[in-house]
Amino acid sequence: MSTFSAVKILSPPLFAARSSSPFLASPFAPPLSRSGLRSTRLPLPPLAVSSDVISGQNPIASDSSTSRHAEVSREEALVLYEDMVLGRVLEDMCAQMYYRGKMFGFVHLYNGQEAVSTGFIKLLEARDSVVSTYRDHVHAVSKGVPARAVLAELFGKTTGCCRGQGGSMHMFSSTHNLLGGFAFIGEGIPVATGAAFSSKYRHEVLKESNPNGLDVTVAFFGDGTCNNGQFFECLNMAQLWKLPIVFVVENNLWAIGMSHIRATSDPEIWKKGPAFGMPGHHVDGMDVLKVREVAMEAIERARRGDGPTLVECQTYRFRGHSLADPDELRKPDEKAHYAARDPITALKKYILEKNLATEWELKAIVTKIDEVIEDAVEFADSSPFPPRSQLLENVFADPKGFGIGPDGKYRCEDPKFTEGTAQV
Amino acid sequence: MLTRWIEPASTQRKDVGNCQAQGWMRGFLRDGEEIIVKFSLALRKVLPTGSALPMNYSTATKEITVREALNSALDEEMSADPKVFLMGEEVGEYQGAYKISKGLLEKYGPDRVLDTPITEAGFAGIGVGAAYYGLRPVVEFMTFNFSLQAIDHIINSAAKSNYMSAGQISVPIVFRGPNGAAAGVGAQHSQCFAAWYAHVPGLKVLTPYSAEDARGLLKAAIRDPDPVVFLENELLYGESFPVSAEVLDSSFCLPIGKAKIEREGKHVTITAYSKMVGYALQESLFSKHKSIFLLNHIKAAEILSKEGISAEVINLRSIRPLDRATINASVRKTNRLVTVEEGFPQHGVGAEIGMSVVEESFEYLDAPVERIAGADVPMPYAANLERMAVPQVDNIVHAAKRACYRSVPLAATA
Repeated sequence: MSTFSAVKILSPPLFAARSSSPFLASPFAPPLSRSGLRSTRLPLPPLAVSSDVISGQNPIASDSSTSRHAEVSREEALVLYEDMVLGRVLEDMCAQMYYRGKMFGFVHLYNGQEAVSTGFIKLLEARDSVVSTYRDHVHAVSKGVPARAVLAELFGKTTGCCRGQGGSMHMFSSTHNLLGGFAFIGEGIPVATGAAFSSKYRHEVLKESNPNGLDVTVAFFGDGTCNNGQFFECLNMAQLWKLPIVFVVENNLWAIGMSHIRATSDPEIWKKGPAFGMPGHHVDGMDVLKVREVAMEAIERARRGDGPTLVECQTYRFRGHSLADPDELRKPDEKAHYAARDPITALKKYILEKNLATEWELKAIVTKIDEVIEDAVEFADSSPFPPRSQLLENVFADPKGFGIGPDGKYRCEDPKFTEGTAQV
Repeated sequence: MLTRWIEPASTQRKDVGNCQAQGWMRGFLRDGEEIIVKFSLALRKVLPTGSALPMNYSTATKEITVREALNSALDEEMSADPKVFLMGEEVGEYQGAYKISKGLLEKYGPDRVLDTPITEAGFAGIGVGAAYYGLRPVVEFMTFNFSLQAIDHIINSAAKSNYMSAGQISVPIVFRGPNGAAAGVGAQHSQCFAAWYAHVPGLKVLTPYSAEDARGLLKAAIRDPDPVVFLENELLYGESFPVSAEVLDSSFCLPIGKAKIEREGKHVTITAYSKMVGYALQESLFSKHKSIFLLNHIKAAEILSKEGISAEVINLRSIRPLDRATINASVRKTNRLVTVEEGFPQHGVGAEIGMSVVEESFEYLDAPVERIAGADVPMPYAANLERMAVPQVDNIVHAAKRACYRSVPLAATA
């Protein structure tokens, strides 16, 4: 087991940051250019917030103090709260439905990690895209896919967001720019990099520009993925081509039963960003306001065209890897430690302390979400299963596989083609 | 001048199972032994016999190499649609590892012709992600052997996305590059992946042979809304083929999923794709410069026709979707089938074609289906071993004759 010291660097500014955020501004950061990179390697290490698990010490209370957050308005706070509650209630309902036999297969739940998805996705616009892994239910609802569509998909009904053909691990929605849903870890990262590439291409080659900046892609993946080759390949290419992407590591310390410390030579994932020339942040992923702070910076950076960022969010999943995981390897005190830092409870405490809303209003939100999810379950229950005719649909976008003719229409639609007399 | 092949009257016999040595042919042997044939005739200049469909191309006026055909197809598609871009190793400044993308960087700039680092998994995935948003990437693998590093993205994110997303997200991407054996490049650079990719629903797999195929199919692939695996062949890049003016037109494209009958025949159907079509059919016109004593210049169909076996050669062009209709119609006409491929025999393209014919045209078969494939070993390096590991013209002739010999000889041949 490698030794590492507690990393607690509070003040050093992040290089190339230009925002007015309190602890990320740098008055003398050099411009990020290739020659600049060679002559001045990182002037100062990127900001890091200490991780108590990695340091092996007790949590440092000051890190979760509320005084270090930028102020958040009442509306924003309630949006965040509602989104996290939606994620939590949905996942709990998924577990219930699974044990009742209405859902099947692989189900990976997101309980405990809501701060990461809410913190990032609620800052995105509709045109931005999200790419996720198999733990994608909450990313889907945060991005705007209706809970009804998600639950119907999980039940395998034809009214699901992918007509029942994708399932728990393959949530896609073109209207909400949710690009999946990938079962293989690391598979979504190159796809997300490609989506960011297309955003840049559309801006520079096709000259379709948006006054607010480039479309940003946010790629979510776990700690285990950070040992996979595709991750490093994409860090390289994203920085090389300055793509508008944010790589978000949901470091929940466990890859099924493999502890991150046992699997990784250097467990501090945020450090791998600067190795490729991009900023690397480490943030407490159980605190939605801290995540949001860092997310704002990273998304703005991407939107401006300054390139990618790697953000490592230290978080924890309260349930096992999937509903089939007995979860015997994680120690109870570790689970208890993180359960005490439930992001929803933390945000609720913050809201009440700052008098942004009353307890009653927050309860009303929870009740509303409960109703939404119950309605979604009923909808999913009463939806039909896919008909037999749906089995062979959607294999190709091209109806019969003969491709497109010189006139731009599908060949199979030309009657002469099917008669065999068309000019070929 | 279009040369029409006319069978000598003496070979028009019902029973072709009793072929005898004719004329100048000497010394061909029975099953299991190599055929050694010597020719004393000079090679003739033969033009392609044209498609089986009732359509005549205008007189071939121009010859272009497959390389030029691919380059011009890429050029035209990139200029017609700004969403098309090319990505791969050495496609830009090096002008293409096999010079297929020559001149494209100067014409379209580094935004559209991207030299990538050596990261097949990464850039194949980037291509898929870009295609999700309607861009039309052409991803080049230096050889398809390297596509194994990216096969997760070709199959799991490109091929399956349209199905998993129920039609919301289609992937109009083309993966192209040389496939199959080259010359002396060893085991890890010589595998044919047609059967691998054709196994997967959601992919289209194309294997052009001539310059016309290369141009038409690449254009069709780039315009296609689905992921296409475009398997070229390195040894065909330099081969010249005559092309008509129609082929050179910028809107020329061929249908995906339709095979071409390169040569009509009556006695046996030979299906082949990519380089094997040449072996089954004829050499290109460059062959006239080479020595006539090399076996590779012997044309299988020509040899067979001299022995009275009129072979129908089908250029498959598209492995998935496979043109079962054309193959079956041809077998119903000739009653015998020989499938030729360069890849490994087990679970190969020939296995699928054979089974398709058994399923649909069993009553029409007069002989068991013959399957010619590469040797079931990783490709050896030594030149003579490599020649033995890849089907040669004589193997095709041999198999066709076996298919013909197995018919029950008729008692009277009058």
